[in-house]
Amino acid sequence: MEETGKKTAREILENYDGPKLRIMEVCGTHTHEIFRLGIRKILSDKIELISGPGCPVCVTPVGFIDEAIMLALDYHATVCTFGDLIRVPGTKKSLAAARSEGAKVQIVYSPIDAVEYAKEHPDEEVVFLAVGFETTTPASCLAVKKAMEAGLKNFSLLTANKTMPNAYQALKGSADAFLYPGHVNAITGTRLCEELAEQGISGVVTGFTAKEIMTALAVVVTKLQEGGNFFENCYPRVVTRDGSKAAQNMVAQYMEACDSEWRGLGVIPGSGLKLKEEYRDYDARIHFSLPPVQGKANPACRCGDVLQGKCKPSDCKIFGKGCTPLHPVGACMVSSEGACSAYYQYGGIENE
Amino acid sequence: MSKTVTLAHGAGGRQTSELIDQVFKKHFANPDLTADDAAVLSVEGGKLAFTTDGFIVSPAEFPGGNIGKLSICGTVNDLSCMGAKPLYLSCAFVIEEGFPMEKLEEIAAAMEKTANEAGVKIVAGDTKVAGKGQVDGVFITTTGIGRIQEDVETSGFKAKPGDAVIVSGDVGRHGCTILLARNEFGIEADVTSDCAPLWGTVKSMLDTTKNIHVIRDATRGGVGTVLYEIAEQSSVGIRLNAQDIPVADGVKGVCGMLGLEPLYLACEGRLVIFAPKEEAPALLETLRKGKYSANAAIIGEVTEEMPGRVIMKTEIGAETLLPPPGGELLPRIC
Repeated sequence: MEETGKKTAREILENYDGPKLRIMEVCGTHTHEIFRLGIRKILSDKIELISGPGCPVCVTPVGFIDEAIMLALDYHATVCTFGDLIRVPGTKKSLAAARSEGAKVQIVYSPIDAVEYAKEHPDEEVVFLAVGFETTTPASCLAVKKAMEAGLKNFSLLTANKTMPNAYQALKGSADAFLYPGHVNAITGTRLCEELAEQGISGVVTGFTAKEIMTALAVVVTKLQEGGNFFENCYPRVVTRDGSKAAQNMVAQYMEACDSEWRGLGVIPGSGLKLKEEYRDYDARIHFSLPPVQGKANPACRCGDVLQGKCKPSDCKIFGKGCTPLHPVGACMVSSEGACSAYYQYGGIENE
Repeated sequence: MSKTVTLAHGAGGRQTSELIDQVFKKHFANPDLTADDAAVLSVEGGKLAFTTDGFIVSPAEFPGGNIGKLSICGTVNDLSCMGAKPLYLSCAFVIEEGFPMEKLEEIAAAMEKTANEAGVKIVAGDTKVAGKGQVDGVFITTTGIGRIQEDVETSGFKAKPGDAVIVSGDVGRHGCTILLARNEFGIEADVTSDCAPLWGTVKSMLDTTKNIHVIRDATRGGVGTVLYEIAEQSSVGIRLNAQDIPVADGVKGVCGMLGLEPLYLACEGRLVIFAPKEEAPALLETLRKGKYSANAAIIGEVTEEMPGRVIMKTEIGAETLLPPPGGELLPRIC
């Protein structure tokens, strides 16, 4: 059964010969797996896959990095962050560079680790860099809950949390259909995707194995040929219609929607989350009275175009030259889930 | 004797002798172990292999071994990969002041056991004690001499198109074990280090055929790094079959969660072997009978095209480049 399913999906993808189709995968893990498996190599050349803005590191704007560096260097806060972020360039430098100038930057694997650090270091002001989508935001909320329970006054979040639905609206013209991120939908459920279909945005939600990705792509190709807008759940073993109520409630209790800047896409209204008024003591921007910061990206970097599928990583002038995984200029080159990094790492025969 | 190592144990006086007698000599005793400034060894003619390796693993104890076992395996395996029977080892300890004597004894006992298994004698040593905080627990350096077996000439420069690429067991166990033992991720999995002395494994292969081009032990950079080294040194391409690469379920699970490639996780008891295709079935049969190589597998072949590159045939049958080594091990964040 499995074999037949795979072959059919494969045949559909190999032999498609209609009008050119553009499919955007919005999840960084999908990007990475598609490269690792070499899926592009077996697709008909009438099918183009675009790596969208689904890697939290990649969409983090320059100004956010500048704020974090300001907190660390000017306000002497200890900045706790996921490892990938420290190499993302800000306007003038990255957190890694700031660290070498004496900034206190701690790598953590969970927001809860940052709360623990704050508990153990009562003399330090600890700021956690809260980036990520629906999957990681509940943990940031949980961190605030734990900090409140412990009565901590030295812990806060610098928020850049993002939500996907409004981003799909903003990206509507970039692709014919989306491959929705399975992990995000496991939290949010699929009602939003159904609503998007009604608004003319098509897509399928899928998992991360070879079979799941191939099947989902074949479904997209088939549905696009049939015409009309659609949503299909190709990941029913994990994704339900309602999603995780516990996680949704956690976020709803602590956070509210705000406008948010995405690297390369600009400000998308209502696409971000910030702490609610009653938790303002835990909002680093309020806690430290941070002035507004306007970051400036390196003008040569085309991450923004890459994220919208307007160009391939290799079309960027600095790709693989001034910008490599060891010395990234743009955020898409930093994370192993970034489109540029994946292109570079797997690029040897992928591009030939 | 005191319960911890003190600076006096490294001062060269009575307490140093006490430490050597009661911990090291107790475990390393053999007729060739020197009481003088250097060991005097009789070595027959032929070619010798000579190598050295330092060990600073943290934590010093991990599921499947400790730094002592590791320090013997590392040097024994380097000698073995040259087709050399390990004969003699020296070991130099740098111990942090305050290190528990009991732990030191456990380390020495593991070294004794592993050396015995490998048939190698520890004949010289050195002990230094560094102040608190100047080293992390204990660092060990071992140096070894082995005699290269007749008609054996393995080298990283000798891989040839048409060779089969064999691994002697499932990959990435040691690296995965250490990652979990550091307890930074809060993940628990049933994974033990593959740390093992491999002279027996190499000897069984050489008894099967001397027609082996390359034997290399995959250590820090894992099997992937070895493959790129050989592809470069021999100016050949390597084509792997992803589905044939043995990976233990626990390692697979951890790698899936953290977004790591098992081919780039360290091994401490795994050989990568390049031999002519026609020799591969017999070698595989021999290996699969071995204590440390029951999961041996042919994972790919050497090609003329794409010299210096390692190509992976993925589970969907597409060919991609195995990303070259050098990337940092960063955990995925979503």
